[in-house]
Amino acid sequence: MLRTVFSRALPGLSRLSVCHYSAAAIPAPNIQPEVHYNKLFINNQWQDAVSGKTFPTINPATGEVICQVAEADEADVDKAVKAAHNAFRLGSPWRRMDASHRGLLLNRLADAIERDSTYLAELETLDNGKPYAVAYTVDLPNVVKCLRYYAGWADKWEGKTIPIDGDYFCYTRHEPIGVCGQIIPWNFPLLMQAWKLGPALATGNTVVMKVAEQTPLTALYVASLIKEVGFPEGVVNILPGMGPSAGAAIAKHMDVDKVAFTGSTEVGHLIQQASGSSNLKKVTLELGGKSPNIILSDANMEDAVEQSHFALFFNQGQCCCAGSRTYVQADIYDEFVERSVERAKRRVVGNPFDLKTEQGPQVDQEQFNKILGYISSGKREGAKLMCGGGVAADRGYFIQPTVFGDVQDNMTIAREEIFGPVMQILKFKSLEEVVTRANDTKYGLAAAVFTKDIDKANYVSNGLRAGTVWINCYDVFGAQAPFGGYKASGNGRELGEYGLDNYTEVKTVTIKVPQKNS
Amino acid sequence: MCPEHVDNWFSCPLFISNEWHESCSGRKIPVYNPATGELLCEVEEADAEDVEKAVRSARAAFQMGSPWRSMDASDRGHLLNRLADLVERDRLLLATLEALDSGKVFLMAYFVDLMATIKTLRYYGGWADKIHGKTIPVDGEYFTYTRHEPIGVCGQIIPWNFPLMMFAWKIAPALCCGNTVVIKPAEQTPLSALHMAALIKEAGFPPGVVNVVPGYGQTAGCAISHHMDIDKVAFTGSTAVGKLIQKAAGDSNLKRVTLELGGKNPNIVFADCDLEYAVEQAHSGLFFNQGQCCLAGSRVFVEEPIYEEFVRRSVERARSKVLGNPLLPGVDQGPQIDQKQFNKIMELIESGKREGATLECGGSPWGQQGLFIQPTVFSNVTDDMRIAKEEIFGPVQQIMCFRSVHEVIQRANATHYGLAAGVFTNDIDKALTVSSALQAGMVWVNCYNAMSAQCPFGGFKMSGNGRELGEYALQEYTEVKAVTIKISQKNS
Repeated sequence: MLRTVFSRALPGLSRLSVCHYSAAAIPAPNIQPEVHYNKLFINNQWQDAVSGKTFPTINPATGEVICQVAEADEADVDKAVKAAHNAFRLGSPWRRMDASHRGLLLNRLADAIERDSTYLAELETLDNGKPYAVAYTVDLPNVVKCLRYYAGWADKWEGKTIPIDGDYFCYTRHEPIGVCGQIIPWNFPLLMQAWKLGPALATGNTVVMKVAEQTPLTALYVASLIKEVGFPEGVVNILPGMGPSAGAAIAKHMDVDKVAFTGSTEVGHLIQQASGSSNLKKVTLELGGKSPNIILSDANMEDAVEQSHFALFFNQGQCCCAGSRTYVQADIYDEFVERSVERAKRRVVGNPFDLKTEQGPQVDQEQFNKILGYISSGKREGAKLMCGGGVAADRGYFIQPTVFGDVQDNMTIAREEIFGPVMQILKFKSLEEVVTRANDTKYGLAAAVFTKDIDKANYVSNGLRAGTVWINCYDVFGAQAPFGGYKASGNGRELGEYGLDNYTEVKTVTIKVPQKNS
Repeated sequence: MCPEHVDNWFSCPLFISNEWHESCSGRKIPVYNPATGELLCEVEEADAEDVEKAVRSARAAFQMGSPWRSMDASDRGHLLNRLADLVERDRLLLATLEALDSGKVFLMAYFVDLMATIKTLRYYGGWADKIHGKTIPVDGEYFTYTRHEPIGVCGQIIPWNFPLMMFAWKIAPALCCGNTVVIKPAEQTPLSALHMAALIKEAGFPPGVVNVVPGYGQTAGCAISHHMDIDKVAFTGSTAVGKLIQKAAGDSNLKRVTLELGGKNPNIVFADCDLEYAVEQAHSGLFFNQGQCCLAGSRVFVEEPIYEEFVRRSVERARSKVLGNPLLPGVDQGPQIDQKQFNKIMELIESGKREGATLECGGSPWGQQGLFIQPTVFSNVTDDMRIAKEEIFGPVQQIMCFRSVHEVIQRANATHYGLAAGVFTNDIDKALTVSSALQAGMVWVNCYNAMSAQCPFGGFKMSGNGRELGEYALQEYTEVKAVTIKISQKNS
């Protein structure tokens, strides 16, 4: 034998074009993926809840129960925090590990997820309702990329040596904060898990993560991979549970050093208050949005219509950054609306496991009801219902792709986050006007402008008070680029190098020296 | 574990544009095993014409719109990680090749050289999509940002002392930043580089991104440093040749130059150190890799109170070294790389004897065949002796005596070199004072040769310019472009 073979043969080099799969390249999904893990994951062990309670997780395409899942409450959060605290003690395997080795473990986790991506996409579709084709070609590859990106940062997050006045040698250490509570939503379960774990683990923290009760299954499977690839016990703990019980327990826990929350602005307020009432733990929030998507008259019409459609309807409209106020310049308004309606009518709603489906069900009954309520308000308040507006199927939580025209800024559907497949199209005349109207919201997560004019593009993108501004595109994300909100859309940034700041405590060390020299 | 038994070698071609080429001249380089003197095989010898082909291939791969230029940065990183995986897969084979070709101890090749190679590739794999330009608040109605672009075609000339590791140190940051490469391995040790070429192709790097052209310095190396279409040259080797490279760049197209050259590195041992530990560190600091390290701690300054004891223990340690076939376990010193080096080292040893240093042990060749030299220790060395001033690059340790901190700092810095230094003391003030005062690119406190992919490496003064490894290396492979766009109204 001339060569020593290592077992990790990576599955092919098609990764290089991973986001360009055609439908033909997507393997036919198993529509009944088995659930292997449905308990709490604490200290690398699977445990029942202290109370013994469980809750059902539902398949939103059918309304049926998939399985029962252990339900974490305060007592379980306590156990998890103790485990995370212990894994973080000075001298622990995690604290003593080479930073590059933390990166290696994150890379191995990415490899394992890639290996099991077919199964994970199936499970994600079953639990969340998003089309399998999207879970497989968008969610899973972006999970892998995010983890690989942060794996690369682990040994590159550098402090500084600093020339202060006086006979001193001064430097900073970039230390992990400690035990990080992470509360994630149901709209991109795996991706949100990766966005949270990547920077936290790269910088050396330990984690207590509460996953959304609507979609706990894929995160729990990833927990098994975390153990498989070799993260020490207690470094990552994952708890399925409810917000008001387990989530609240994390937010107010005296031994959690930081909490990161992605979800509604309403709950974001509660998290911030809980921090103030407890131990002033550091808080980062990624909340809702009512993002303006501005189409100028010189935009490429076809492109703008398609992108705007995607900007709203992607993921069943369940995106914090959905382009839910489409401002169209007066002289192209009529044509834009007509084309948008035609596109919405063509949107294929159906069984998420069918590879032709573009839109699956909403995630649960509560969201379903809320969206239908907003649609009613739109009709009631005088917006023009151009298409859709009702339920799309007999079972499951399917809603027709809906378009409202002639929307005014003061209508409920123009001010409140709907989080569903409901598009609002508004008319504007001038740039100054539209920037003012676009900014007239408590939110500030994202925005976009479609134009060919270099000056207009600069003016509008500089003027919009939003954390991400897209120009001639929408929903373009990269693990390398920071994402987060102005105003009530949150604080702090995730992704990119900026994402590391939120998981770092800077320690300045100043040493007296006999004589400093430059 | 046993190194692979390798036979059936044939002539290894040049690697240009992901293809294997014979040399234009038809000439070949004989490759020898320095432990036995046997001919291992031949490789095609690159000369100016082959360098020209390689540069054209690298230039084509660097064109706007090429697969390499239009690739996601994260994918460049991914390819580097893939290459690391392949090196890991072929670790045994590469370590064997390296030991056969360079004479280094196989276990060192396997555990040190191969590990460093893999880690360096992975480290730079991680940087690829984290190279950030800036947006900059200039005065006036402008939007200004910088792009951190690759420089272009990079010529890289590497030495024979750590053939594979030097190959990784060069290509990793260059590729991470998006450059294309023409790399000339040393004529003494081309084999591991040629295997890497095969892995580079297997990993999926587009053709022309890396071209491997073994050849001689005066021909192929000179062609690279003078080439009008090479944008940057990186050289590791002797200070004498470093000067030629710098001149060639000035003479041709002012290509960017980074140099990693020689050293005569001071290793300063204070009386309050852990003596046994310091002796061991000073020993390995000199004798590692048969003394063939630019970093070798070749001037050991020992504080007077512990001088005698330090010398005694160092001699005992040197005498315990086992020389022999580097492929065998239990051997801890192999042969010197070639006859030329062997002669140079022996000549310097003779000068030490002649100039009055005390030869404590060694001082002669060893063995019936191959280019082995006994571990040699000189004491009572004074600063004006040739063995105290010139880089020996062999298993010859100089131990000098000093009395005060001020004196030793002055003597340590009294050299044109400035690559590395060591300080052994338990006193925090001494450690910080001495490390600040030493004119060296790397200072080790209570350790020696502690290196890692994250930490920058390079020399002050005539030990070179520029830094390799760490984030700092990225600067050397980046060209900054500032773009300023007029806008109708700037707002903060």
